[in-house]
Amino acid sequence: MSGKQPAPEQMSGAELVIKALVDQGVEVIFGYPGGAVLPIYDALFKQNAIRHVLVRHEQGAVHAAEGYARSTGKPGVVLVTSGPGATNAVTGLTDALLDSIPVVCLTGQVATHLVGTDAFQECDTTGITRPCTKHNYLVKNVDDLARIVHEAFYVATNGRPGPVVIDLPKDIQVAQGPYTGPTNVKHKTYRPRVEGDEAKIKEAIALMAAAERPVFYTGGGIINAGPRAAELLREFVKLTGFPITNTLMGLGGYPGTDKQFLGMLGMHGTWEANHAMHDCDVMINIGARFDDRITGRLNAFSPGSKKIHVDIDPSSHNKTVHCDINIVGDAATVLEQMIAAWKQGGHKPKQKALDRWWQQIDQWRARDCLKYKTDPRIIKPQQAIQRLYELTKDRDTFITTEVGQHQMWAAQFYKFDKPNRWMTSGGLGTMGYGLPAAIGVQLGHPGKLVVDIAGEASILMNIQELGTAAQFRLPVKVFILNNEYMGMVRQWQELLHGGRYSQSYSESLPDFVKLAEAFHCKGLRCTDPADLDAVIREMIDHDGPVVADIAVDKAENCFPMVPSGAAHNEMILPETLGGDAAEPSVSEEGMALV
Amino acid sequence: MPAPQQPIESHILSVLVDNEPGILARVVGLFSGRGYNIESLTVAEVSDAAHLSRITVVTSGPANVIEQIKAQLGRLVPVHSVHDLTVEGPHIARELALIKVAGTGEKRVESLRIADIFRARAVDSTIESFVFELTGTPEKITAFIELMKPLGLVDVSRTGVVAISRGPRAM
Repeated sequence: MSGKQPAPEQMSGAELVIKALVDQGVEVIFGYPGGAVLPIYDALFKQNAIRHVLVRHEQGAVHAAEGYARSTGKPGVVLVTSGPGATNAVTGLTDALLDSIPVVCLTGQVATHLVGTDAFQECDTTGITRPCTKHNYLVKNVDDLARIVHEAFYVATNGRPGPVVIDLPKDIQVAQGPYTGPTNVKHKTYRPRVEGDEAKIKEAIALMAAAERPVFYTGGGIINAGPRAAELLREFVKLTGFPITNTLMGLGGYPGTDKQFLGMLGMHGTWEANHAMHDCDVMINIGARFDDRITGRLNAFSPGSKKIHVDIDPSSHNKTVHCDINIVGDAATVLEQMIAAWKQGGHKPKQKALDRWWQQIDQWRARDCLKYKTDPRIIKPQQAIQRLYELTKDRDTFITTEVGQHQMWAAQFYKFDKPNRWMTSGGLGTMGYGLPAAIGVQLGHPGKLVVDIAGEASILMNIQELGTAAQFRLPVKVFILNNEYMGMVRQWQELLHGGRYSQSYSESLPDFVKLAEAFHCKGLRCTDPADLDAVIREMIDHDGPVVADIAVDKAENCFPMVPSGAAHNEMILPETLGGDAAEPSVSEEGMALV
Repeated sequence: MPAPQQPIESHILSVLVDNEPGILARVVGLFSGRGYNIESLTVAEVSDAAHLSRITVVTSGPANVIEQIKAQLGRLVPVHSVHDLTVEGPHIARELALIKVAGTGEKRVESLRIADIFRARAVDSTIESFVFELTGTPEKITAFIELMKPLGLVDVSRTGVVAISRGPRAM
């Protein structure tokens, strides 16, 4: 502290928090009041810069913040009370950690002198959230408060993004302290590397130029690195002529309608994407993390390839899959460096070999692995999503999902040409994510069409957020593929557990139309394929929140599927089943896998 | 199918951290949460002015797991640096132990004789017991404890390993 600086402004801890949020550019926060955050709610009441969106459950607050963050590129902000407020937020925080979503979550805490006494609504928030946040803070002195808030935003948004919790005892919120602005914050230890190592980039480019069967495999890192990363990726893929596949989190990072795009890879990825990954000789992974949903059985994963891995998180390198060239850095920055190196070196792809590779890929494509049979009597879930896509593709549409079969069908059949349009719970697989996430997306994008593709089981996990949508006049559309089953559980039980549908039937479902109406939303139902387009149009055209209950085929399974424990090129297709091979063979080790 | 077995190595990691509340819980939680081994762990503040603590952790695992442990430690926000003393060159590793031996007669005399050979100091004495203080490598301390067993060993307290690199350079 030099004597020349003017004495910092003094204010209460609660006012400090609000001022720091405003200075961080926060426009909206998602929260739920309670005893331990009343001073902050009082400070919120006295200002107009920040809009507070009252959710119906704290889990919804975090998912809404995630939806907001993922669709806008700005950090999402959450405010909840102590005890149950904080513990209810834990699922959302874990979700944000696994999917690398920047979220700053403020939790109230009992007064400092009561901490550790099992006071009313006390819990060890920093202890509970330590393994499910990127970092967390317990504020013990109001003098540190402004710095901690600014630091939290820095940590949440820099490097590999993630959730940060600030636990705020109530006495700190009412104490007077000094305000310092965001410019004075320089982090002591956390300075992630952004630029890639030039020598390694040269090596990687040389490997790519010599490749005969290359494939790009890109993930959520492209989305997190901002729209520039997606533009650069497109440029690089066009420059090289290589095929590209995206992870679930990476969809929209490369245009889904482009002919070099092989579709999603992984457990429910396309035949061509998984085979290309298995048979490639050079794999270029940018911003993906070799998740078990991608690799299948590890010792059979892409056995003959040289692997290049670009990731901002050094702990992602060589975690489960050993790579030949590991580049630590930001996806956009490294892509820029790679493109420059490719051009500078005057590199050209090995065109003859590449042509042969494309011929092979076209043969895989000819398998038409996503095909399904329509039926005039019943709506197929794939058909419902395809129609939704056809009727919404000409406008800037944002899609969120819950978790299960509908999520995988959405990933397979809805094509994203731009980043930030696809919000789904990939890492944690949180049922109940989609509706609150859609609310967050809609707040970040007023006037845009936001659709939550849901299942009838998932949607019930956070259905209370329809109240939030109604209160804040957020015209989100909930598009339920209702097959009266926890579909993915049912599918695994059918394929792996002898068709014993233990507890996976959605018994005693509510009437979703009446339920929507009870929440001041519009309810629609569709049971006939002939009415599907009309119902989708009615849903889109209604100026307000809508729940569309689409009755779909109850027995439909999601294919292709890599069964647990199998290699990533050992996919089940519908035609593989039936006849003698009714049940796929799954090893004992595979049965133990999730 | 499990990957081909790699040999298990023991490594001494030196981790410089901000001395803030919860930092030890963060490090220990990382090891337990991700299923890594801790053979010993010591922590104390080493710079009052900079609020820095040094954590010395001895861990074991296959080489790729050791690499992963280092990367995971490195991404904890309050961690300044992670050094693997085992691979970074010559270093000194020491442990301190307090060892209580109870007995009378010839066994008591023998324990004192062996303590002398090991340069252990008797820091507490009654007519039927000694407490020895011994510093050295973990192997030396283990050897001493083994010798004390038949002579009336009743209690052992060990600090775990502290370590530092040889030569003029700081970590």
